[in-house]
Amino acid sequence: MSLLDIQNVSLGYDSNVILENLNFTVNKGDYLCIVGENGSGKSTLMKTLLNLQDPIKGKIVKGDGLLPNEIGYLPQQTVIQRDFPASVSEIVVSGFQARCGLRPFYNKEEKKLARENMERLGILNLSKHCYRELSGGQQQRVLLARALCATRKLLLLDEPVSGLDPKVTADMYNLIKDLNNDGITIIMISHDISAAIKYASHILHIGSNVFFGTREEYLSSDAGKFFLASEGGVSE
Amino acid sequence: MIDKLVMYLQYPFVRYALIVGILIALCSSLLGVTLVLKRFSFIGDGLSHVAFGAMAIASVLNFTNKMIIVLPVTIISAILLLSGGRKAKIKGDAAIAMISVGALAFGYLLMNLFSTSSNLSGDVCSTLFGSTSILTLTSREVWLCIILSIAVVIIFVLFYNKIFAVTFDEDFSKAVGTKSERYNFLLAAIIAVIIVLAMNLVGSLLISALIIFPALSAMRIFRSFKAVTISSALLSVVCAFVGIIVSILMGTPVGSTIVAVDMLIFGVCCVIGMFTGGVRK
Repeated sequence: MSLLDIQNVSLGYDSNVILENLNFTVNKGDYLCIVGENGSGKSTLMKTLLNLQDPIKGKIVKGDGLLPNEIGYLPQQTVIQRDFPASVSEIVVSGFQARCGLRPFYNKEEKKLARENMERLGILNLSKHCYRELSGGQQQRVLLARALCATRKLLLLDEPVSGLDPKVTADMYNLIKDLNNDGITIIMISHDISAAIKYASHILHIGSNVFFGTREEYLSSDAGKFFLASEGGVSE
Repeated sequence: MIDKLVMYLQYPFVRYALIVGILIALCSSLLGVTLVLKRFSFIGDGLSHVAFGAMAIASVLNFTNKMIIVLPVTIISAILLLSGGRKAKIKGDAAIAMISVGALAFGYLLMNLFSTSSNLSGDVCSTLFGSTSILTLTSREVWLCIILSIAVVIIFVLFYNKIFAVTFDEDFSKAVGTKSERYNFLLAAIIAVIIVLAMNLVGSLLISALIIFPALSAMRIFRSFKAVTISSALLSVVCAFVGIIVSILMGTPVGSTIVAVDMLIFGVCCVIGMFTGGVRK
């Protein structure tokens, strides 16, 4: 059974329908990239997958033992976070907030796991630093470490490289690919189609015509061909 | 000087004022950090005007215990302001400004139309600036304040990690299954209780100062949420203590003296922050 099964879902807000009759599935180990123009409903789709809002129609079936609080989320940065006085370790360990339930404090095991996740993302040496004084790439790693604390299964990334310079962007994409190779399912929202083609296993293109399929199918589809023509061709 | 202080401390009303003042300073500073970071610095001002309006209604209706009206009205307004959040049609600062000005005008209007007192402007002035009421506290009010303050501190400590998480990133919290609305409700209720309590100390107008100054001062110097929270509580308590003592010795109004001390400390913290590089701005 698949982790997520999206069946005939219509999305929107306040009775404005943005997307209709969307169907796709996400299986364990997939790397799904959701691409589309601004305003095509990428963020709305992400919010719906996260249970932050309800679909207007249709349903989302979670399978394979995926619990609602087992989705790790890497949101876009908010204004509030830019001057928030918080140390890196405080933020990373807050990924366990749902696991705590009503227990008021984080236990030893959770703190140890938080350290492991920081080490995995190469930010352990920053654990006492203040979040607002880090570079954009370091901040994204902190939020990614927090997301890893919340899940071992599925990560949803919302434009993880926006505002990063080309080198840091490449590092970030490689890091995400490594996590995917370790067995974590990835769903990434992006407007960067060339990166999607390079890294993803599946692509969901939303907009006036919707496409869902593997990367290879996308490249031979109309939407993909249109993109390739406009880019002047991508090798591979 | 010391003799004078010792003499004053023998009066129960001076001791009451010190106890209540320090407790309110502690409670308001604990939540101040969260409120400032959530861009709700002005909620203290807005809600205290709501409390003022509710108090006017209570006086017009001749309630002996005004809290029956004031507390629920303030709590409901706080919940509306904090939980309306991003879905509301009128948002954040505009909503607070609207409620604040509306409640103030309505309250003053009511007091004018149905005034029972001969000294109306004096009544309004003492409600807004809390000039004397902290010195007229009864022992029952002091106990009420002690119990509520202990409750606020315990709730804050128990939910500290959740409050941090929801303040830092509400979307993430919701996504991993934290019921963030519940914590917003909880925050709103606590803030309303603190504001109603604090009206006795500094009056409506100066409550904002008690909420924001310690938090802003602490944020100049410290870089982790825990350090900011603890130090803002300490700063607030020290400022309230010094402010009350000074006001007793010099005969100045209690509320404004505490705020003056808070502002002074804020200046000192800014300078320290510049030298230690605690903040960039």
